[in-house]
Amino acid sequence: MIDKRTASAADAVATVGDGATVMIGGFGEAGSPIELIHALIDNGARGLTVVNNNTGSGEVGLAALIKNGQVDKMICSYPRSANSTVFPDLYRAGEIELELVPQGTLAERIRAGGAGIAAFFTPTGAGTELANGKEVRDFGGRPHVLEHGLTADLALIKAQVADWHGNLVFNKTARNFAPVMAMAAKHTSVQATTLVTPGALDPEVVVTPGIFVDLVVHVETPAQESDLVANGASYP
Amino acid sequence: MTAPVEPVGLSRDEMARRAAQDIADGAYVNLGIGMPEKIAQYIPAGREIVLHTENGLLGMGPSPSPGNGDPELINAGKRQVTAMPGASYFHHADSFAMIRGGHLDLCVLGALEVAANGDLANWSTGDEGAIPAVGGAMDLVSGVKAVYVMTSHCTRDGRPKLVESCTYPLTGIGVVDRIYTDLAIIAVTVRGFEVVELSPSITFSYVAERTDAPLMDSRTEIENQ
Repeated sequence: MIDKRTASAADAVATVGDGATVMIGGFGEAGSPIELIHALIDNGARGLTVVNNNTGSGEVGLAALIKNGQVDKMICSYPRSANSTVFPDLYRAGEIELELVPQGTLAERIRAGGAGIAAFFTPTGAGTELANGKEVRDFGGRPHVLEHGLTADLALIKAQVADWHGNLVFNKTARNFAPVMAMAAKHTSVQATTLVTPGALDPEVVVTPGIFVDLVVHVETPAQESDLVANGASYP
Repeated sequence: MTAPVEPVGLSRDEMARRAAQDIADGAYVNLGIGMPEKIAQYIPAGREIVLHTENGLLGMGPSPSPGNGDPELINAGKRQVTAMPGASYFHHADSFAMIRGGHLDLCVLGALEVAANGDLANWSTGDEGAIPAVGGAMDLVSGVKAVYVMTSHCTRDGRPKLVESCTYPLTGIGVVDRIYTDLAIIAVTVRGFEVVELSPSITFSYVAERTDAPLMDSRTEIENQ
């Protein structure tokens, strides 16, 4: 019998160790798995490399994880935010590493990692400083940059609906990186707002098939990052 | 004796209105955050344009009315938006397949500098202490069928943005097709910058003086077509 439900967010992050690479879904606050990130803060794993489009806002969620000193390196496309100084301050102080990746290259590197593709060539970034040190080859008379697939030890994502098999449906633009991250991690944990029995989801509407998901935690009323930030919340 | 009146080009809204006139019915378009976003308000009546936002939505509509937003329905600038009838949601790899695979007809972006060979610099001033952030700009310029730039012709302190070669870090090489400024519409061709339309009351020499690269006048050519 397949039942990927787990009662606690702590279980969902229990596989992570020091030095792990963690992919965290979300684009800004849309799709950010706040409760799972807070469980990762409680877990205390350090020396993490985190893959996310941004670096969080305020002092909750991803920004709180960084502020708590658990992240050595961020891999992202847009580390600035209108309402967070956590990452910028650490970056300027030389206390956190940044690998800046064009957003589409980031998504494709994650997809490739999940699909067993070691590397690919793309014209994105050719001739720019983000191609420095990378192999460049001409295809059709146009320079292309070699980019490597990206995998992770753990992915944390947020879904609107999950069944016990881990089949997932998302909410609007909260989907963003979640489906490719679920593919690219050895272990994928999901917080779902609604949990249903297998068969309740029409197979035609499943966005992420359960094969890419390991554990599902029911978080019925997830916190919204902008609300927490507006209230001056911090974690822990 | 009064000082000569300084010619004034188009306002930002007028620039957006002018650029919108050149977007074809049925086009799939990505509008950059900031000035280019204004274009959405000026799509001529009778044309249907599908707006793409790289965080996973085709068919983006305007901001929601107060109290009707969803913090998980946002645009690339992380502002709340709406979804038009016929809209679709998708994940990031699909969204950038639309961009990188050449499926979008047009993107309109802002610029720090554009070079006469079409090089674009719009993501970093290279300042010490600045946090580098690129987002989807490099993907857009490398993959979208047509790349338009919408920008003030000069910086606030009067420095030309249209230059012989960019001094800021590049976003892409030879990628810009057309530039909409407050002073003129300029095509970027194998010959360099070519003025195809001047803003009302603006002269060619006025634009040329404010352009840091050779400028050709192609208006007659265009009119004769």
